[in-house]
Amino acid sequence: MNALTVSNMSVSYDKQLALENVSFSVPEGSMTGIIGPNGAGKSTLIKSILQLLPTVSGTVEVFKKPLRSQRKIIGYVPQRSEVDWDFPTNALDVVLMGRYNHIGMFKRASKKEVTWAKHCLQRVGMQDYASRQISQLSGGQQQRVFLARAMAQDAKIYFMDEPFAGVDASTEKAIIQLMKEWKNEGKTVLVVHHDLQTVNDYFDHVLLLNKTPIAYGETNRVFTLANLEEAYGGKIAFLQQGPKAAKGST
Amino acid sequence: MEQFSALLSSANLQWVLIGSLLLGFASGVIGSFVLLKKQSLISDAMAHAALPGVCIVYILFQTKTVPYLLTGAAVTSLIATQSIQTIVKWSRIKTDAAIGITLSVFFGLGIVLLTYIQQNATGNQAGLDSFIFGQAASLVKGDVQLIAAGALCLIILTALFFKEFKISIFDPQFAKGLGLPVTFFNAVLLFLVVAVVVIGIQMVGVVLIAALLITPPISARYWTDQLGWMTMLAGIFGAISGVSGAVLSTAIQNLPTGPIIVLSASVIFLFSLLFGTKKGLLLKGGRNA
Ligand SMILES: Nc1ncnc2c1ncn2[C@@H]1O[C@H](COP(=O)(O)OP(=O)(O)OP(=O)(O)O)[C@@H](O)[C@H]1O
Ligand SMILES: [Mg+2]
Repeated sequence: MNALTVSNMSVSYDKQLALENVSFSVPEGSMTGIIGPNGAGKSTLIKSILQLLPTVSGTVEVFKKPLRSQRKIIGYVPQRSEVDWDFPTNALDVVLMGRYNHIGMFKRASKKEVTWAKHCLQRVGMQDYASRQISQLSGGQQQRVFLARAMAQDAKIYFMDEPFAGVDASTEKAIIQLMKEWKNEGKTVLVVHHDLQTVNDYFDHVLLLNKTPIAYGETNRVFTLANLEEAYGGKIAFLQQGPKAAKGST
Repeated sequence: MEQFSALLSSANLQWVLIGSLLLGFASGVIGSFVLLKKQSLISDAMAHAALPGVCIVYILFQTKTVPYLLTGAAVTSLIATQSIQTIVKWSRIKTDAAIGITLSVFFGLGIVLLTYIQQNATGNQAGLDSFIFGQAASLVKGDVQLIAAGALCLIILTALFFKEFKISIFDPQFAKGLGLPVTFFNAVLLFLVVAVVVIGIQMVGVVLIAALLITPPISARYWTDQLGWMTMLAGIFGAISGVSGAVLSTAIQNLPTGPIIVLSASVIFLFSLLFGTKKGLLLKGGRNA
């Protein structure tokens, strides 16, 4: 079954098209890398799928139902969380926000929910910072808290916009490990990713995007030098050994 | 002194105390969310804009029935909010300037209308000017009971929406992703602000009621990093300010209530600024939670 089907998605900012006719579907239990140069429209694609911005055209189905009815099974980590870092809240509290749909309106979080939130913090190595006010965390630590919040949502399909930006190598490994566990549990994960070296290792599907989809499908068929050159234009030159080297490594 | 204790035991003053306590608490609690949403200045404009509403109702209907006057206050206050948003959306004027323009236009209009009312005095106009700085002593029991009941409702409503306000103010994008009606919660908060302004203006006055919304939460933030405690403390600080303002202005003849309330709130603020355990000036660089 397809976890996600996007058809004819077009988005424009002012009068400039940022995405043109993007269509693809993602099978359940897959891990898809969304790859493309800066400004390719990767963040725009995720936001438009989640209906966080107005679209020119396009429909989105999540498990064959319109997105609107499926919000509870969707997890999202934005590229940069635009929050007020001085807000009176701590790491554990932020993670608990991910449990909102499980706690329900007008109710307080139960012990069970708090335990689950702590477990999520532990998975990203942040258990010792649970009661730290969020402005007193480093950039990478903040990112890890937001990943833990997404994890706490216990969603069926995850959208992550550059989750590894600013995160150290061992945390990246731990998070990838976690995502692979999710995948084995049948969860579907879409990740915007810039490091071409690790694409082969991390993802079973790849969407190459530059305003329109250049290629979509299983990694070994899509992640080719020819496709990359088309996606990145001339800019691929200095990255050339990227996909080749990645094949042999790890 | 004897006089003072007699005053305290009077039934009316007891209601004034309950009213000012609940009003102060409601302002502190609601103000906490307003502060975090960075809408403190808008709430000030909303408060000032309540004055023309009161005057217009009086001129049109020749009535001083409090619920009517307050309805007028709510209407002009909402119009002011709307006009700020419209100005920001349709012109190149930034929010701060739009707030400045709106506040002065509405308050100016209010003062003009008030002067007009006083010059055409029929003998029954007295008291409308107490909407400017508030006069707890002039309130009758019914008015104060209205304030107390209204404030209590607002406190309960805010407590109900606590978690929803928290998520949608802290991270609106995420809240939308969860499927929360963020726009609706924004509207609820706006409604709460208008409501607290409207029920509070008789006691505190349009000029200073915003200070009761803004100052207690700022003071509370110096003592805690947790939203729950912050709102609770802000409520307590607001209540202390409200009660001391009401008592002092009733005990000492002709002292307007609003300024005393705001002075008490400011004393609490200064104390918090200096001694607060979170980023208070004297403990800066000290313990971190
Ligand atoms: N709010 C906005 N208003 C106008 N144009 C925008 C806006 N956001 C993005 N754009 C434009 O849309 C295009 C796609 O932007 P988007 O953020 O989706 O790129 P991206 O692929 O996520 O890039 P990056 O790798 O840098 O994160 C860019 O050309 C950008 O300039
Ligand atoms: Mg992006």
